[in-house]
Amino acid sequence: MKVLVPVKRVIDYNVKARVKADQTGVDLANVKMSMNPFDEIAVEEAVRLKEGKEHHAAGTATEIVVVSIGVTQAQETIRTALAMGADRGILIQSDADLEPLAVAKLLAAVVAEEKPDLVLMGKQSIDGDNNAVGQMLAALLDWPQATFAAKIEIAGGTANVTREVDGGNQTLSAALPAVITVDLRLNTPRYASLPNIMKAKKKEIAMKAVADYGVDTADRLTVVKVTAPPTRSAGIKVADAAELVSKLKTAGAL
Amino acid sequence: MAVLVIADHDGSAVRDSTNKTVTAALALSSDVDILVVGSAAKAAADAAAKIAGVRKVLLAESGELGHQLAEAVTATVVALAGGYDAILSPASMDGKNFMPRIAAKLDVAPISDIIEVVSADTFVRPIYAGNALETVRSSDAKKVITVRPTAFAPAAEGGSAPVESVAGSDAGKAAFVGEEMVKSDRPELGAAKIVVSGGRALGSAEEFHAVIEPLADKLGAAVGASRAAVDAGYAPNDYQVGQTGKVVAPGLYIAVGISGAIQHLAGMKDSKIIVAINKDADAPIFQVADFGIVGDYKTVVPELMAALG
Ligand SMILES: Cc1cc2nc3c(=O)[nH]c(=O)nc-3n(C[C@H](O)[C@H](O)[C@H](O)COP(=O)(O)OP(=O)(O)OC[C@H]3O[C@@H](n4cnc5c(N)ncnc54)[C@H](O)[C@@H]3O)c2cc1C
Ligand SMILES: Nc1ncnc2c1ncn2[C@@H]1O[C@H](COP(=O)(O)O)[C@@H](O)[C@H]1O
Repeated sequence: MKVLVPVKRVIDYNVKARVKADQTGVDLANVKMSMNPFDEIAVEEAVRLKEGKEHHAAGTATEIVVVSIGVTQAQETIRTALAMGADRGILIQSDADLEPLAVAKLLAAVVAEEKPDLVLMGKQSIDGDNNAVGQMLAALLDWPQATFAAKIEIAGGTANVTREVDGGNQTLSAALPAVITVDLRLNTPRYASLPNIMKAKKKEIAMKAVADYGVDTADRLTVVKVTAPPTRSAGIKVADAAELVSKLKTAGAL
Repeated sequence: MAVLVIADHDGSAVRDSTNKTVTAALALSSDVDILVVGSAAKAAADAAAKIAGVRKVLLAESGELGHQLAEAVTATVVALAGGYDAILSPASMDGKNFMPRIAAKLDVAPISDIIEVVSADTFVRPIYAGNALETVRSSDAKKVITVRPTAFAPAAEGGSAPVESVAGSDAGKAAFVGEEMVKSDRPELGAAKIVVSGGRALGSAEEFHAVIEPLADKLGAAVGASRAAVDAGYAPNDYQVGQTGKVVAPGLYIAVGISGAIQHLAGMKDSKIIVAINKDADAPIFQVADFGIVGDYKTVVPELMAALG
């Protein structure tokens, strides 16, 4: 089974985003960038499907291709995935921050070329917080989707996916090919070992341009402005529970 | 301009998030219809018909729709989309699951998790875990939007819209196998007036039950948790409050043994009053707390229970 894993380069999750003074966006100059945390979880699961870790049979995945759409430095993100155990990478270079619809169209074109049996990806990028591309890719391909996966079992060309939903968990079964988006509880991604980081340097990354895929990536949304949210100021420290209860009563919260 | 709101419901009643989404829809147009999709959801459709300001309720039923499976919901909605300029749903887990699929089928850019309607084509939504607010203008002829319920007041009851049956698709690509739902008599997390949340500090599921739940029950509150508490198995996944979990904005939010990471704050910082109980005086949660108690929850929570009487 061939697995395609789309990975995005985003602001590191430990960094607090700051809005630019001219309200055109978030200031990313000199900010630490990393692989979107959900995409790390997707890469980890793909590698486990190959290695036969946890409940997966060894060799469930035979080839793992990672693809990123973004600036040239997104090669580093792809390298990280290769060091975790992915086999090769594709970078579709774009300096523009493409919208989910455009990303989904490009990924659909990559799927048409690569013909994977499974696309495993993050449920949400932590910069745009869209939670959209996976569902959109599934729609464009007319494939089944299983979003917010907390457990994945693959056997006999079928994926059984336990999903995090409101109120608990839901399990779906989908014939492959399918798109699965992963949630936090699926696994804990590994840190790449030094030997694997060295090995990853020799793995292939194909460099592509958006134009190579002939899809319409025009923006549908115009960002009018990006502003800072209203800030909350710290309140007071109270001495004990009795004082807290009296303050809450005065404030009308109880 | 006509707007279709896809209801969030449990088969017999609509959730409060549906009323809130109707409020967002009414900011776009006065022609608002509600679509209820389900397997046996007539009662929910009748409940939706009572929301004030609604023009009519469409009821689409099929076996596949009972579990809100994305493929069947999408086929149902796309068949109706011709009559609407905007399609809205609450940003529930179901809404987040099917709305982007609907958008892609309609070749539209979805707009996720809006907190404000500026005009018929311009919306505000949080990005970067709520550390920035993005105002976007859509050039799509049809808008596909999920609405953050905590940002809108619920539309009032008192309407009497007609209920009409429409075709419900059973086009299934993925099949429902089973579900495990957490049963609770407590108020729903997203709609509760008070939320008590526990973090990693609790240390075990037993301790979470023994400390967080009695406090919540005393206050008639819903129970929430940090990601760390959920990951460690102290609380079900559905309790996670944050950027990638539930967003809550109750009148009172009590965080017990939660540090206040960016991702957690994203889910609760719009609460009216925030209380933090944490033994570390420098924990970031105190930067957003109206009232903080520096101390060990093991002594503070019992004292609080006693003080509440
Ligand atoms: C992609 C991504 C998404 C995420 N999404 C979310 C999300 O939606 N929601 C979320 O919550 N997190 C989320 N996180 C995780 C987040 O970054 C933090 O790791 C998490 O919120 C920490 O949980 P915590 O505060 O319970 O634990 P910790 O940060 O470990 O804090 C525990 C706190 O308890 C205090 N404490 C310890 N013992 C006691 C005691 N006896 N009495 C009183 N206080 C005590 C400590 O001082 C400390 O402040 C996400 C992370 C990533 C990478
Ligand atoms: N530019 C991109 N390049 C590669 N994958 C992406 C890109 N943008 C989004 N994705 C994938 O789509 C998922 C969901 O992103 P989003 O819908 O933007 O929240 C991410 O977790 C990635 O797996």
